[in-house]
Amino acid sequence: MSTPRLKIDNLFCERDERVLFEGLSFEVNAGEVIQIEGQNGSGKTTLLRILSGLSRHFEGDIYWQGEHLDNCAESYRESLLYFGHQPGVKAVLTPRENLQWYASLHPEMDLSKLDNALIKVGLKGYEDVPCHTLSAGQNRRVSLARLYLSSAPLWILDEPFTAIDKRGVAEKEALITAHAEQGGTVILTTHHELAMGDKIRRLNLDQLAGTL
Amino acid sequence: MNDSMPNQSADKSMAHVYKVDGPFWGALKRDLLLSYRRKSDLVNPLIFFLMVATLFPLGVSPDPTFLADVAPGVVWVAALLATLLSMDSLFRSDFEDGTLEQILLSPQPLYLVVLAKVLAHWMLTGLPLTLLAPVLGVMLFLPGDGMWGLVLSLLLGTPTLSLIGAIGAALTVGLRKGGVLISLLVLPLYIPVLIFGSAAVQGAVTGYPWTGILPFWARCCRSDW
Repeated sequence: MSTPRLKIDNLFCERDERVLFEGLSFEVNAGEVIQIEGQNGSGKTTLLRILSGLSRHFEGDIYWQGEHLDNCAESYRESLLYFGHQPGVKAVLTPRENLQWYASLHPEMDLSKLDNALIKVGLKGYEDVPCHTLSAGQNRRVSLARLYLSSAPLWILDEPFTAIDKRGVAEKEALITAHAEQGGTVILTTHHELAMGDKIRRLNLDQLAGTL
Repeated sequence: MNDSMPNQSADKSMAHVYKVDGPFWGALKRDLLLSYRRKSDLVNPLIFFLMVATLFPLGVSPDPTFLADVAPGVVWVAALLATLLSMDSLFRSDFEDGTLEQILLSPQPLYLVVLAKVLAHWMLTGLPLTLLAPVLGVMLFLPGDGMWGLVLSLLLGTPTLSLIGAIGAALTVGLRKGGVLISLLVLPLYIPVLIFGSAAVQGAVTGYPWTGILPFWARCCRSDW
């Protein structure tokens, strides 16, 4: 058995003297989709921010392909696509300019697919319109277009379906399934019922919350 | 093979041709484009700069010999405060819309992106301030001999102010109201720049070999960051 892609070992995190999770250990392998569940305030976003490397308010160890995250931060960030609460879209730039800028930070991205990606997220005709004139859902779609462009194996998606219509959700679900089938890994939180059946593994944070 | 060729060329003619920028150029171009689309941010520090120089003689004394004496200090203080005012916005909007997260999570070296952002900030505040400074010098009766000293000292000084201010902006970006704190953090570090800057202009006015101050001062600034 090869080393797991992402290994979380004995993670502990507290916030305002409230333990969010403690002794949290799990492994994620290639081709897996993990849905983090829990009620509001259970620490889903905090966990995703820790896993992406944005937050350092935790104790415990995270290993990427068998190597400690501290030792391979750069190669980890190369293999990571993070979709956060804020879509990370500049309001005065157009969808096209936003994605071009994102590509300048991620040289492995294939920009020739950009027009195609914008069509796929349903933004055909909006390529050159400033994002502040678009709706909230469309702004998130601009950011989600990165999923079509990126070749990163690990996707960490925090509430990717917020403000996205039903058809869009179905398309993104299919995309996530396809990514997993190609050997990618997806860790996500969502309040939507995902119709992926047994392909998805669920991790509930509610039972892990400690008392203090 | 033969079938795929026409398809490809058809695709190309339809699609945009995208050039992939490096992290430095990408960030620089983006920040310049952002301020170009939001011009009010661009004009704000310049108007402040101009207002100080216009109001100062009205408030204190319109006497030309008095104004000529204080002109180097007034222009420098105005430039410093104008830079400080604009500093808070350096990372603020990126923080609020989540693009700062994306910068942090990119595999690129952070210093490149931050340097590009500071350079863009300087090109949009420090550089126009420097170019506008001779006009203010004339308004304040700064002797002609001091003009080169003023422009050169600001040309060297405003990037320093931007670089130092970036430290304060980075430290306070996570706070809801960082505006006051950034002044407290950064002002003590601005003071040496101000002293050397206005001393260089004063030196130029009185015929003192002021160019000697500049390299010394540049060295001071480099050891700062």
